[in-house]
Amino acid sequence: MKILYFAWMRERVGKAEEDVTPPAEVATVAQLVEWLAGRGEEYAHAFANPKIVRAAIDRTHVKPDAPIAGAREIAFFPPMTGG
Amino acid sequence: MRVRLQTEPFDAAAEVAALTGGRTDVGAVVTFTGICRASEGGEPVTAMTLEHYPGMAEAEIARHVEEAERRWPLLGVRVIHRYGRLVPGEPIVLVVTASAHRHDAFAAAEFLMDYLKTRAPFWKREERPDGARWVEAKAADDDAAARWSAPAPPRRDAAAE
Repeated sequence: MKILYFAWMRERVGKAEEDVTPPAEVATVAQLVEWLAGRGEEYAHAFANPKIVRAAIDRTHVKPDAPIAGAREIAFFPPMTGG
Repeated sequence: MRVRLQTEPFDAAAEVAALTGGRTDVGAVVTFTGICRASEGGEPVTAMTLEHYPGMAEAEIARHVEEAERRWPLLGVRVIHRYGRLVPGEPIVLVVTASAHRHDAFAAAEFLMDYLKTRAPFWKREERPDGARWVEAKAADDDAAARWSAPAPPRRDAAAE
């Protein structure tokens, strides 16, 4: 699946997007966050405070307990500051 | 196009004219323009860059426009949000709502702005004399958006105005 990062999460991870294949036991957004955070220092830094990380699956906001099965594109970003 | 994302400035008067031109059912138009300020929290801001999530930003704003149309009897809506680098004095966002009566246009415009602030995938990065930093989300904006989560008020009886 494709993972996208925005704003300071993109800067911390050091890339705007990547393709990942998490293990089968990673079933929810929260589990994906935990798995990604374990991939290296830059990821640990980006996901240091999972409570403020927002997620979208296929361009729709989701909560941490959302299942990721079938997702094509999952985005992670800080709280939004538009308008 | 009811929702537009663009780097170039917009003309609020032209958007109002496009919504109201050639029709006589519109009795109220509310226009909100958000403008880049030269200071934040008493500190100077020299410019800001708006990052967005292409594809999702349009879709998310469109979902809220549809929600506004379910809640209020609107006769027209425009939302324009800019992205890229902006300097103080430049317009950032435009919301135009048109309805037969003013209450619906006011409420819908405020609803849309409150949701744009907290749900539309945009992020502001401010440039200051001492460096650039990402703007932090404000709890007050979350509170402003949360008040719309309560059941929608009954539609105002147009005949009462």
